[in-house]
Amino acid sequence: MAAKTLTIDGKLISAEEGATVLQTATEAGIKIPTLCHLAGVYDVGACRLCIVEITGVAKLLPACTTKVAEGMEIQTNSERLRKYRRLILELLFAERNHVCAVCVSNGHCELQTLAYSQGMEHVRYDYTFPKWGVDTTHRLFGMDHNRCVLCTRCVRVCWHIEGAGTKNVAGRGGKSKIITDLNQAWGDSVSCTECGKCVMACPTGALFQKGSTVGEMEHDRDKLEFITTAREKKQWVAAD
Amino acid sequence: MSKRIIIDPVTRIEGHAKISIFLDDDGNVSDAEFHVVEFRGFEKFCEGRPYTEMPGITQRICGICPVSHTLASAKAGDALMAVNIPSAADKLRRLLNLGQIIQSHALSFFHLSAPDFLLGWDSAPAQRNVFGLIASNKELARAGIRLRQFGQEIIEILGDKKIHPAWAVPGGVRSALSAAGRAKIRAWLPEAYATTRTAFDLWKQTMETHQREMQIFGNFPSLFMGLVAADGTWEHHGGRLRFSDSSGSIIADQLDPQDYLEYIGESVQGSSYLKSPYYKPLGFPAGIYRVGPLARLNICQQMGVPQADAELKKFKKFGHGAVTSSFLYHYARLIEILACLEYVERYLDDPELSSDDLRADAGINNLRGVGVSEAPRGTLFHDYTVDRTGLLQKVNLIVATGQNNLAMNQTVAQIARHYVRGHAIPESMLNRVEHGIRCYDPCLSCSTHAVGQMPLRVQIIAPDGTVLNEVARG
Repeated sequence: MAAKTLTIDGKLISAEEGATVLQTATEAGIKIPTLCHLAGVYDVGACRLCIVEITGVAKLLPACTTKVAEGMEIQTNSERLRKYRRLILELLFAERNHVCAVCVSNGHCELQTLAYSQGMEHVRYDYTFPKWGVDTTHRLFGMDHNRCVLCTRCVRVCWHIEGAGTKNVAGRGGKSKIITDLNQAWGDSVSCTECGKCVMACPTGALFQKGSTVGEMEHDRDKLEFITTAREKKQWVAAD
Repeated sequence: MSKRIIIDPVTRIEGHAKISIFLDDDGNVSDAEFHVVEFRGFEKFCEGRPYTEMPGITQRICGICPVSHTLASAKAGDALMAVNIPSAADKLRRLLNLGQIIQSHALSFFHLSAPDFLLGWDSAPAQRNVFGLIASNKELARAGIRLRQFGQEIIEILGDKKIHPAWAVPGGVRSALSAAGRAKIRAWLPEAYATTRTAFDLWKQTMETHQREMQIFGNFPSLFMGLVAADGTWEHHGGRLRFSDSSGSIIADQLDPQDYLEYIGESVQGSSYLKSPYYKPLGFPAGIYRVGPLARLNICQQMGVPQADAELKKFKKFGHGAVTSSFLYHYARLIEILACLEYVERYLDDPELSSDDLRADAGINNLRGVGVSEAPRGTLFHDYTVDRTGLLQKVNLIVATGQNNLAMNQTVAQIARHYVRGHAIPESMLNRVEHGIRCYDPCLSCSTHAVGQMPLRVQIIAPDGTVLNEVARG
């Protein structure tokens, strides 16, 4: 496969054709913030936190779904990008009811970690305080839509790692919602295998193990990568 | 023309409140009301949340006694799961509550109330606070602050945080007492005992010089309620409820907290966001009862630990049957600190507190569960109704300050009758009236399910709403 030569943050890098900007940057030790990206499943570019600047392209493009090209000049950490990332995070916080202090994922949440790391000191937008419910009908797991960022990680792991196809997205825009089967209570789902991969994949406290109390829900995402590596490469090795 | 004096807000308590003093046509006090002017809505917005999150959510009601809420909430969770928690978990929860009572009582005594009786009712308001105490007696103030710190360290050792520890959970607790934690508490205990003894000495001098206050600061007959052990020993977390009257007679005993609605009613008054609970068999307002340190000491036969038992005997001599002066809440608080220290010391030699068996696991087995624990200020009820999946359908919280509401009204009226004459509003009078409230160490954040300080405002208002006199400070 042909190699492409490009620069990321001024650093000359060689990447395989077909690789994404995110993969290439990660391999070169350049960290780009992500939220909907999850090792082991394909990317959808839903959250836009991994946006980068590419010389000659007016739009900001998501690093996770943009393929490398010869001679690309990429910036991953400009003031403009930092501003937009904070804005995206503020909008995410304003869109649903994220109350870190009493959340089951407090201290183990990717959204919270991003807010700290990207310098989000406050939310400039009015909180929308939408009325979302909690589904605790499943024997083992719960889904709190108040804490969902619609990254669709749960949907992707359910369809493409477990293969059950239980989780889906319904609705449009900010009113989109993660549903189970045909918008049924999770406990009534006939397709759910109770594997728990969706819970492991969730970046926030939206999906949790029932019984979890404040800060107690830790998502073990390495297992997902372990499974996909085993399946695709026939290598049963734990992630680093 | 009858008039009304308003103290708004009341200072050096936890939260915002105001006091109205009603004058008759001759300028004498006819009545008084203590109003809580905050509304918080916890009972409503918790609806729809999983019960497992409640110890974390409800402890956010307050930064002073989060432990009380988290424990009552965890116990309500136990009841929903229908589990008996492991013995080690019960002891560890108790240790957490002992830390809570020590820190809150030390705050009430040294930071909030001592400035009044150590610096004087009539000392300058700008100095009559913990900073004034530091200026006049640095060592005492430091020791008081350190005693509070001791209680908070116990909380942090167990729950990783001094405030809002996410540690007590439905079914038990999340971690045991570490060896390092045990050693730290043990090393600090002698200093805590010494500070408590100093406080006792100070208090006994105060009682000699404050006979008048003992007579008029909330000295009236009422019922008393709290948890007691099966043998009548002082309780702070387990046990069952007992009501006794001002003659010291037990009128109801070993009541199951799960059935509290059968014997506690809640009256709502238009003048306050604070509800007024009463003992149902006697009706409202005859069923007025007090909770908290004074009540707990009145209803129990013994503390169960030697030093505090010796003090309890002396305390009981201040009443005929029951000790009825609310000024002696301060004394009761010190005895409870001493008892807490003795119980903490006892736990330090208990290997079970290092056990790994800490958490019972179960689903929803009861659709309604009540959790009761003794908060520093008095008995705290958390009553949850859930659906089959564990989501809350209804939440009722009855907090200590609410239960003392009627008693606080009577206390304010009694003090005002002695000090208020006509339109004149001497600042020192206001402070005495406020101290009547401070005796109960009320927590308004909890009682309305806020925190802060505001200047004090007093108005005399004619029945037609005209402001006849106004004093502001701060």
